[in-house]
Amino acid sequence: MSTEFEAVIGLEVHVQLATETKIFCACPAKPTRGTSVSEVKPNAFLCPICAGHPGTLPVLNRKVVELAAKAGLALSCSVREESRFDRKNYFYADLPKGYQITQYTLPICEWGTLSFETQRGNKSVRIRRIHLEEDAGKSIHEGDSTLVNLNRAGVPLIELVTEPDFRHPDEAADYLRELHAIVTSLGVSDGNLQEGNFRCDSNVSVRLQGTEKFGTRVEIKNVNSFRFVEKAIEYEIARQVEVIKAGGKVVQETRTFDSDRGVTLSMRTKEEAEDYRYFPDPDLVAVRISRDELAKWRSEIPELPQAKRKRYQSDWGLSLYDASLIVSQPVFSSLFEECLARVSSKEQAVAKSIANILTGEVAKRLNEDSSLGLSQGLRADHLVDLARLARDQVISSAGLKQALNVAWKTGESIATIVEIHGLKQVSDLTTLEPVVDQVLTEFASQFEEFKSGKEKVIGFLVGQIMKRSGGKANPVLLQQLIRKRVNP
Amino acid sequence: MTEAKLPHTLSELHRDFESGVWTPVSITEAFLARAKRNRLNAWLTLCEERALSQAKQLQQILVARGGRVPRDSHPLFGAPTGVKDNIAVADIRMTCASRILDNYITPYSATVVEKLENAGAITLGKLNLDEFAMGGSNENSAFGRVLHPTHPDRVPGGSSGGSAAAVAAQECLISLGSDTGGSIRLPASYCGVVGMKPTYGRVSRFGLVAFASSLDQIGPFANTVDDAARVLQVISGFDRFDSTSTSNSSVGLVPSLSLKGLRVGLPTDLGFENVSLGVKSAMTQVLDLLKRAGVTVVPVELPYVRHAIAVYYLIAVSEASSNLSRFDGVRFGARVEGARGAQSLEAFHAENRSLFGPEVKRRILLGTFALSSGYSEEYFLRAARVRKLISDDINAAFSHVDVLLSPISVSTAFKAGEKTQDPLQMYLNDLYTIPANLAGIPAMSLPWGRDSDQLPVGVQIMAPPGHDEKLLGFAQTLENLREQAE
Repeated sequence: MSTEFEAVIGLEVHVQLATETKIFCACPAKPTRGTSVSEVKPNAFLCPICAGHPGTLPVLNRKVVELAAKAGLALSCSVREESRFDRKNYFYADLPKGYQITQYTLPICEWGTLSFETQRGNKSVRIRRIHLEEDAGKSIHEGDSTLVNLNRAGVPLIELVTEPDFRHPDEAADYLRELHAIVTSLGVSDGNLQEGNFRCDSNVSVRLQGTEKFGTRVEIKNVNSFRFVEKAIEYEIARQVEVIKAGGKVVQETRTFDSDRGVTLSMRTKEEAEDYRYFPDPDLVAVRISRDELAKWRSEIPELPQAKRKRYQSDWGLSLYDASLIVSQPVFSSLFEECLARVSSKEQAVAKSIANILTGEVAKRLNEDSSLGLSQGLRADHLVDLARLARDQVISSAGLKQALNVAWKTGESIATIVEIHGLKQVSDLTTLEPVVDQVLTEFASQFEEFKSGKEKVIGFLVGQIMKRSGGKANPVLLQQLIRKRVNP
Repeated sequence: MTEAKLPHTLSELHRDFESGVWTPVSITEAFLARAKRNRLNAWLTLCEERALSQAKQLQQILVARGGRVPRDSHPLFGAPTGVKDNIAVADIRMTCASRILDNYITPYSATVVEKLENAGAITLGKLNLDEFAMGGSNENSAFGRVLHPTHPDRVPGGSSGGSAAAVAAQECLISLGSDTGGSIRLPASYCGVVGMKPTYGRVSRFGLVAFASSLDQIGPFANTVDDAARVLQVISGFDRFDSTSTSNSSVGLVPSLSLKGLRVGLPTDLGFENVSLGVKSAMTQVLDLLKRAGVTVVPVELPYVRHAIAVYYLIAVSEASSNLSRFDGVRFGARVEGARGAQSLEAFHAENRSLFGPEVKRRILLGTFALSSGYSEEYFLRAARVRKLISDDINAAFSHVDVLLSPISVSTAFKAGEKTQDPLQMYLNDLYTIPANLAGIPAMSLPWGRDSDQLPVGVQIMAPPGHDEKLLGFAQTLENLREQAE
């Protein structure tokens, strides 16, 4: 961006709450475990209530109040003892009642903050409000007809609205990552980005550096990847600066992000904006939260990602990268916590090694195979035992991978696996030294090359010895033995 | 064919079952036959099969019980019942008297219908009304107006005109209506039957097609106060499908209330100086009887009540404009032919919604305006604040009187067509009934004789919120006094 301009960015994030049922009826809010949203038949999650049949009434799923309040507490918001639902009136084919039930005047949470790391250091953003609302359905336009799928209609959401506190696109992405880590670690949301559990609208304007007055704001709707949010804002800032530099005026409008082309496109201008005619929904009573309830929920808030990351770094010596990766995924962090409970505070190296296994091999395998879950097979004792055996050089890194995979599949203990699969490496000198000598004699010319400084050749020599030892020799020890023969 | 005399009350019906004069099947057939003739155009849909199969089941119960009516488990045993056609009966057509719902089949039953049927009531069919319950004369039905039971050139009152007329004409024994601004009480008074609007929240609204959700309440029509009380007892109570319903203990059967020492309030702001002679003389007669029975009649000032009509018509139309948004032809109901080929979603929407009748359109337009940005502060929100003041006024009055008494309307049933050209005249007719809806209090129309044109007159009794029993007890006593006077 041209340095004479400054961007002003605010975000509105829609987070799907992790409830089993919809917000105002008993229909499922998500598919059963192991099934993806795309596998659910259109309009399978539908009843007279969420289809908006005449005479039906909404009844609040109380679980959403707890989840929204917990999100608010984690973000230092004040939680209202009494909040209320309003109707937002507009027509669209996938909005069954002709209005969306949302919270307009009295949202459940207000005035919070979120601090997070950015490439420019720590950043703090004010959260203006968090409100509860129902999702609409989905319209699929096919040729000249429109099909409507109401499975999402009535799915509970919270919308988190920030103040316009961001100045750089990457800050927006960092905020989203931190927010995502928080709501998933709280169990407030499953946070599944592909399934639209976490969607972001960005309000972007630019102004000359040093000016107070905000520029004209453009809203970019419904982007569901952190990277795309950053890209969309980057593009939008550049576009607006260009418009202004060319002597034009930025038009207040709503735009979408075309991720294939990396550009934002106009959807509708302010003149076409609807009047939503908000008013209190007379079908629902006020949402009341007692002090006791709030105190209970507050006591149930777990350690937040930021604190957890700091603890992993300072107490266990993890890198920021490993700590962030583990914390960003509740399955990782809960498994890692179980591991930590099994190691002593002096075993920093073991903890680091476990973190490496998680962020390396485990993450890689999970990425390769989406059907693989952490819930079955792999346990904390596996990881701790593996890390200890690796530290003590009982198994090689190749042996570690093999044992990990077997443990994941079968659930067997590491001791048994190492035994059955013969993964224990041979470190016994009386066994290894004759083989080393034999190989160095046989490959005398290669040994000479190594001696003359070709460092790489040592890999070849170790490989030959490994072959002869049936792959069980301790490779680290072999290198030492070879080097010893160069400089006895 | 000589037919036994039709019972007039639940007690008579049960006595007739036990004496063998009627059986559940024969009484159902007898009422169905009258309903089928549909002399008054009160019925929009009959559910003959459903009714007869219910009747047969009840007959088996009766036989199994040795011919004794199980009054405790089935207080409405075998009662031929009509349901206003804005209340859902599963798998039966529900039109709301609108072309937009012509041939719409409801996939579920309203809570009140389930409760009625569990108590032994037999659902005969669905009763005519003003389209979406918007109107006071039943002339706004897309399926033609309901005739007054004794004066066919007159209106039966609305919006629950079919429910009132059918009970009055013995086409059903009891019926359900809904009351948003007087829609039960006005037709009850015009047709000469008992009609009650319970305390807001007393009866679940689940399954009642919303007109104005904060004002709507389902209530009973019957020939006697006792029967109305029995129906209310069955249908009231908290419903987990309606968050605005309340868990007040259900209404007990009401012994008549001793009048001695009672204080009855007469709202001066709902005075009866400008009412018709018949209405005035009924009111005078009631007051005389009460005074003679030891009741203290005190004038009550309700200064904000004069704004009731303005407030009501802002709140009701605002809520209605939103409540009726769901009728867009996308998921259910009628679609205008050709709407499928509409060039845009907006055009599709507009074409389908052209099926609404003129009064419904008028109210949607008014409500959309009252809620629109820039105007909602001046109209909707201000109305909501004044509503609170009216409600406070009324509640304050109950701190020194037991019940309030007023006319139901300025006149008895008027001639069809008399007010259709002037919506405002029609709206002003709701002056006496609207305050009870705004304050959420129970109110009833109790028949009180006939005027010089032989048209029924009703008087209105209002009680404090939640005191439906007190209202019924007082009404029972008045009904007894009336019978003695007759």
